[in-house]
Formats: sequence, C-alpha cells, structure tokens
Amino acid sequence: MFFFIIQHTMFFMIPLIIVALGGLFSERSGVVNIALEGKMIMGAFVSILFITTFQDRLVGQPILLIGILIAAVTGGLISFFHAYASINLSANQIISGVAINMFAPAFAVYTARLIGNTQNVHFTNQFRIESVPFFGDIPLIGPMFFRNTYITTYIGIAILIISYIVIYKTKFGLRLRACGEHPSAAASVGISVKKMRYIAVILSGILAGIGGLVLIIPITTVFNGSVSGYGFLALAVLIFGGWNPIKILFAAFFFGLMQAISASYSAIDFLRDLEIPAHFYRMAPYIATLIVLAFTSKKTIAPKALGEPYDAGKR
Amino acid sequence: MKKYIFKSENFLDFLSSLFVIFVGLLIGFVILLISNSSAAPNAFLTILTFGYTSMRNMGDVLLLATPIILTGLSVAFSFKTGLFNIGASGQFTVGAFLAIYIGINATDIPSGLRIILSILVAAIGGALWGAIPGFLKAYRNVHEVISCIMTNYIAMFLVNYLIITNILDTGRGTSLPVPASSNLPTWGLEHIFRDNLRASHVNIGFFIAIVIAIVLYIVLEKTVFGYELKAGGFNKNAADYAGISGNKNMVLSMMISGSIAGIAGALNYLAGTGLSMSIVDNLSMEGFTGISVAFLGLNHPVGIIFSGIFVSSLFLGGARTQIFGFSVEIVEIVMSVIIYFCSFVFLVKTFLSKNFKKSEKEEVL
Repeated sequence: MFFFIIQHTMFFMIPLIIVALGGLFSERSGVVNIALEGKMIMGAFVSILFITTFQDRLVGQPILLIGILIAAVTGGLISFFHAYASINLSANQIISGVAINMFAPAFAVYTARLIGNTQNVHFTNQFRIESVPFFGDIPLIGPMFFRNTYITTYIGIAILIISYIVIYKTKFGLRLRACGEHPSAAASVGISVKKMRYIAVILSGILAGIGGLVLIIPITTVFNGSVSGYGFLALAVLIFGGWNPIKILFAAFFFGLMQAISASYSAIDFLRDLEIPAHFYRMAPYIATLIVLAFTSKKTIAPKALGEPYDAGKR
Repeated sequence: MKKYIFKSENFLDFLSSLFVIFVGLLIGFVILLISNSSAAPNAFLTILTFGYTSMRNMGDVLLLATPIILTGLSVAFSFKTGLFNIGASGQFTVGAFLAIYIGINATDIPSGLRIILSILVAAIGGALWGAIPGFLKAYRNVHEVISCIMTNYIAMFLVNYLIITNILDTGRGTSLPVPASSNLPTWGLEHIFRDNLRASHVNIGFFIAIVIAIVLYIVLEKTVFGYELKAGGFNKNAADYAGISGNKNMVLSMMISGSIAGIAGALNYLAGTGLSMSIVDNLSMEGFTGISVAFLGLNHPVGIIFSGIFVSSLFLGGARTQIFGFSVEIVEIVMSVIIYFCSFVFLVKTFLSKNFKKSEKEEVL
C-alpha cells in the first residue's frame, strides 16, 4: 500500500514539477504567469487529439514521445500571445493570463464537439511500464520509482535537473534572473530584456504544455477539456517552493502526496479511520500556500520586478 | 462642441470598447467559418440577435445578465479601488451555497423574510471570503491575485464538501432543489416576458442588480468614503499621508467587492429555473465572465448593466447555435478574445487620440 501511494504521488508530482518549472522560468524573468492552467489544457488537448488519431498506426512509447513534442509546441505557441501582450504591449500581465485560461477550455470543448460530437476525447493508455528492466528489481527503490510507471516520470526528473543547471550554472540563467530582479541593470550591461523575457515565457508554455499531457496520461483515458485546476496548483507549488527548483521538488512532493491521498484514501484503512474527507486533502495545498505567503511575503522572496512591464525609458 | 466629444476620455474609452467587441466577434465568426462555412452566417446572426427575437428571450437575457452584471460590478469595484478581484468566482460560490442552504432549511421563516435573509447571508459570506485576500494584501503584503486564486479553489472544495454533507440530492448528484417559496418573486414579469408557448423565468433579481449598481455609483462618486477608497487605490502612500487609512480601506473594498459577488451567487440559484449547484472540480465561470463584463462596461456601473445584457445575449444566442451543430463554447472563445484584446486597449486609445488630435490641428491650420 505504501508503494501504491508513492507511485500515485509520482503521477501528480511530476506534472506539478514540470509546470511549476515553466512558471519559474517566466516569473524569474519578471513576467507573471497565471495562464499555466490554460497552457496545460492546450498542450494536453492537441497532443491527445494526435494520440487518439494515430494510436492505431503507431504503438507504444514513440507515439507518447511525439505527443510530448506536440504538447510542447502547442504550449509554446499559445504562450506567444501572452508574451506579446505582456512584453511588447506592456499590458497587464494578469489580464492576458485570464484570457488564455478562458480560451483554452472553451477551445478544447468546442473543437472536440465539432470533431466527435462530444467534449470527451478518448485514448488508449498503452504507455504504462510494468517494471523498468533491472531497476525495477532493486528492493525498496524498485517498487517506489521503477514499477507501474511512465517514461514521462523520468522526463520530468530530467527537466528538473536541466532547469536547475540552466538557472544557476549558465550565463543564460544569470541573465534571466537579472531581468526579473532588476531589468534596468540587466539592460545597462547589454542584455536584451525583451528577448530574455520572450524566451522565458515561451519556455514556460513549452513546459506547461508538456505538463498537461503528463498529468492526463497516467490518471485517465478520457480528456474532457479540463486539467482540474492543476495549473493553479502548480502556481501554488511555485510560490510554496519559493521560486527555487529544489524547493519546488519538495513542494510538489507534498502537494502530490495530498492529491494521491485524496484519490485513494478510502482504500487505506488507517487513512479511512482518520475520517478526514477527501476534499480537505485537496484543499490543504492551497491553504498551506496562503499561510506560507502570509508569513514570508513581508520579506518578499518573489523576483523583485515580477509583474512590472519593462520600460526602457524609465531607466 | 463636436470636437470636445472626440477629445473626451470617455468617448475614446467607449470607442475602444466597441473596437474590442468587434475584434472578438470577428475572430468568433472566422472560427465558425472554419468549422462549417455554410452554417456559419446563420449561426453568427443567431448569436447576435437571438436574445432579442422575442419577449421571452429578452426575459431570459435579463435573467442571465443578473449574476454577471453583479460579478462585473464586483470586479469593477475592486478595480476602482486599485485591486484586482479575480476571487469573485470563489465569493460567488460561497454566496450561492449559503443562499441555497437557507432556502432549503430555513422553511419556518416566512417566504419574503427568508429570501431577504438568504441574500444578506450570501452577501456576508462573500464579504468574508473577499476579506481574506484583502487582509493578506493590506497587512501581509500578499498580492491579491495570488491569494484570490487560492481562495477560489478553497471555496470550491469546501462548498463541494458542504453540499455533499448537507444538501445533497443523491439522485442527481447535485445540490437539492430550492423550494419555490424560497425563490425570488417575479412581480408579474412573467406576463410581460413570454411568448405563445412559455414564460421566461425572469424575476426581480435584475432590479436588485440595478439598485446595487446605482448604490455603488453613489458610494464611489458622491461620498467621502468612496473618495477615500479610490484615493487609497490610486496611490496608497499619498492616501496614508493625507490621513486616509489605506490598509483598512483595502480590506473594506475587498469585502464590498466580495459581498456583491456573493449576492450574484444567491440570485443565480434562487431564480426558480431549477438550477442546482453541481459537484465538479471546476470554478464557477460567472466570476471570470464578470471580468469581461467589467472591462466592456468600462468599469462604470451603467456601462456594466449594458455590457452584462450584451454578454448574456451572446451566451443565449450561442446556446441556440446548437441547432446549426455548434456549441455555446464559441461565445466563451469570443469572450476570451475580448479580454485578451483589452490588453491592446491602451494602444488603440493612443492611436485614436493621436489621429483625432491630428485632424484637429489640420482644422486649425
């Protein structure tokens, strides 16, 4: 039962990490991104449409990998709109985020109805890996991380490691952070704030798109145009994790655990005996985030120029 | 005199609002054309006009407009005071639950009194829900948009839980139906807004919305309290310097904004339409539709009444396009495009004012 919970925690935790990292890139460059939810939906919808169309001709992991690619491209494309409004037009970054969050589910349902007369898109789950060769046989660690798993889990972990390196160990990462903390200073040493923010926002869409698909694949075989607020939960992970990749890992684990418990607690004796309703486990991450915000926001760990359009004339 | 009209800020706002609507509808039309080019013109015409084709439809438009006018007012009120209440969705949900709960359980209170009580308690619930982000913003420096997102989801899960444990209709898996005596009276409106077959469910909720709009206008524009709220939103430091407590006002304005969204929830479910709260993991859309209603209505109470009616007529017409094989989501797409292009409004306004100024110069020469 312990392994079951851990495996399920991974299903929720991995997409949360990927999407929160997407948010991290965007917000570290200074652009607020409340559109993660919408970008997840777009990524999941288009890639699942692809999977459902081609699942008879292509099999197994390759189709999933192509799906991930498509989700990434879709998320990147929709992000362009957010980037254009918030960078080129210096518009309110919340407003274009709200617009994308509204557009994505409507678009997914509208298109699904047009194609199949129903808002549900069905697909066959042929991606589950019973046990990873060799690793699956390691005691303890094997059943926790290498059985009943998906290739997406390892992609997610790879994204986490790469993101950490990019943000803290590369010139690009340093510049990115500079744009989010003090864009004028960054510009004064010849960094194009506009370009950096563009790259960051589009990167955030790519990751959110991937995250959308990664969330849907293990938990259901029907996509109904919704990712049930996981985009906002990822935003909470990002804040709870203090805009830091390593802390995001732990935040995502905690939040993922709560989701896993709420989804399966009735099957576990000791949790059932606690008699805490499932809804409270799902609420817990949001309450925890509010509390963390209430006690840390005076120190403001958030990027300093977050949400401020960069105005070269104001230097 | 004519020149002054073109120069005035309000007129430019109005023009940019029209422009944004035009772009939204245009993109909607293009999507319809791509979907099914032969049925698209009729469907598009239906979206625009169906709401006005009969008295019954017009009644339904007013009925649908009631909650979104109120969430629009809620969002606009927060804007006027320098805040962005995207928590209207959660406040709406809390208000809706409380109103339904009282409507079902407080049946020993006389009907009229019970309805008033439902609305009042919904307002208080919404106000308390709005107070959380207001308090966190004022005293803990937490951005209200982030805390509103959190409180939206907390409200959704909490209310889902409360419905299941208190007022669950096990057969339908929704909240129990509200008894007729708890619904808003119609005061004979059903005799006006009807066609040969059936009467609209329109009720006095629409008048309540209008009264609230007027009250808000008076509070914001004609009272010292409203002036202080706006001053705090415009420049908190300056307000503090002038002896206006910016922090206290921030909490108050989020509470007022939340209470209006709470009332929206009450009026939406006490309308006698048989609508029940469903237990789903999705936020109430009314809170977000309120954002577009507020933008299109230029954050002005009167503008919001009209934009609310306009938006609800689109939704009614959009639902009707089913007969052409389309679905109502097309209207949500149009709304999202409208919200998106509101980001451009600033740009458009500068463009327009430049052009008008140019023509003015030419006249002088």
